[in-house]
Amino acid sequence: MDKIIFKNKGVPDSQNIDVYSDCGGYAVLKKALSLTPADIIKLVEDSGLRGRGGAGFPAGAKWRLLTKYRVKTVYLICNADEGEPGTFKDRYVMEFDPHLLIEGMAIAAYATGAHHGFIYIRGEYDWIAKVLVKAIEDAHSKGFLGSNVMGSDYSFYIDVFRGAGSYVCGEETALIESLEGKAGRPRLKPPFPAAYGLYGEPTVIHNVTTLSYIPFIVENGPQAYKSFGKQMSGGTALFSISGHVNKPGLYEYPMGTSLRKLIYEAAGGIRGGKLLKAVVPGGLSSPVLKSDEIDVEMDYQSLNAVGTMLGSGGIIVLDEDTSIPMIAMKTARFFAHESCGQCAPCREGTHMVFHLVEMIIAGKGSADNIEQILRLCRYIRGSTICAFGIAATLPVEALIKKFRNEFDILLHD
Amino acid sequence: MIDEKMRQIIEGIVKKLPCRDSAVVPSLSFIQKVKGHISESDMEDLAIILQFPQARIFSAASFYSMLKLKPKATYHIQVCTNVACSLVETVTLFDYISGRLGIGEGETTPDGLFSLEAVECLGSCGYAPAMMINTDHYENLSFKRVDGIINAMKEKEGKTIKKTLE
Repeated sequence: MDKIIFKNKGVPDSQNIDVYSDCGGYAVLKKALSLTPADIIKLVEDSGLRGRGGAGFPAGAKWRLLTKYRVKTVYLICNADEGEPGTFKDRYVMEFDPHLLIEGMAIAAYATGAHHGFIYIRGEYDWIAKVLVKAIEDAHSKGFLGSNVMGSDYSFYIDVFRGAGSYVCGEETALIESLEGKAGRPRLKPPFPAAYGLYGEPTVIHNVTTLSYIPFIVENGPQAYKSFGKQMSGGTALFSISGHVNKPGLYEYPMGTSLRKLIYEAAGGIRGGKLLKAVVPGGLSSPVLKSDEIDVEMDYQSLNAVGTMLGSGGIIVLDEDTSIPMIAMKTARFFAHESCGQCAPCREGTHMVFHLVEMIIAGKGSADNIEQILRLCRYIRGSTICAFGIAATLPVEALIKKFRNEFDILLHD
Repeated sequence: MIDEKMRQIIEGIVKKLPCRDSAVVPSLSFIQKVKGHISESDMEDLAIILQFPQARIFSAASFYSMLKLKPKATYHIQVCTNVACSLVETVTLFDYISGRLGIGEGETTPDGLFSLEAVECLGSCGYAPAMMINTDHYENLSFKRVDGIINAMKEKEGKTIKKTLE
């Protein structure tokens, strides 16, 4: 066995509850209910499981933090807002293995003392929301959810909540605001959701993929999980590979697999036999890597060491004919469009960056404009409430710094 | 205007959730699903049903890109113009559809059948290029397939118009 999330991949009708049960599903929930919540928190902590939404925060630490605040109602939220360009992993889990997610959520809820959970799914995934609603109904009727989960005295309910189109709602506190019926604008932290989350109650939020690793960890133990990857970054990761490759798609590989292997083996190499120019390694908000940097191992530490990040594992491959200024323009446009408008440096700055890049592409830019963009990027970063300011500026900055010549030839003087 | 039947459904949404606050976005999405867009009077009525200030409803309704405060065409085509989708062909899907329908970003065809919008990532990067028409997702598109989809919609509407005339 070399897959965790993909263990049921290719099984016909894998979204069906009976098929999932026949593959051993919900047996782990039964096992979890025989353990104490503290035991489960320990297992997840020892596994070193880190959040797969992009920030990579240790999941066990989130749960541990919650035990400090657990006084009354606790909410569990599954973040299925998957909006990072280049990423399409959560939709696979929800569409083809929804019960894996539900089982993971039920275990996480039991461990953290939550009786009510939400799956916040992006509005565009309408057909997947329907799959989830059906799966939740089926799990209810079989006694895996609801009151007295599997004959225990534990109760857990899940609601599917559809977003309405907002990238920033993937940020956990913006997501909570959206769930509370407000515009999705991130809150100032602290307090963190573990102390003050949904409706002001302690709340634990995890990405779809993070929650889907829980059943494996509880079933096989932390060591089994760690044995997949490297010492510091254990487990596997889902890599969404898109762009100029022969076989774009979703792949599960151990943490620490080299980027070269993912591009040339998993995804079948560059389309049309062309040469590689650059790779965005972890979703659009991660700084770009040049073609001579792709021997990097895909894990948190190795990517940080080369100045970028694992993020959401969304790999966008760019061939030799790609215009880097165009990529910078589309990146800047995306972040200008998605800025929630709360903090002036981000609200104004992202639009200025976009217009400056546009100007350069139109042949009306000067060397000063490039310096202006770099300066704006530095000013926005660190002057905003949420990490959006970092996400918006790092990639544009990296594209300019690593491919400066492509911008320079567009300048009018 | 929210009629009695819709009001009851919205109250059903409220009852299912642990807190009234959470009903705002689902109610707005529901109104849009029924009426195609959310009008000012819809928001005023919703404020009364949910017992929130109108400003709070408007603030949410105007924030989310999928909630539309103005009427759209019968088929609202939303084409992804983000990075991954624009890498597939030299002529982008957006430019192709724009040329095919003779309308630009934010415009509607004279017959009111199609409107076009350039949108950001739809989560289909591995199945690019992608678009949404109303709430339906279309992936792995070729220009030929897009022609087929648009023609089928034209034909369908042609038939409905013919029927009502008869």
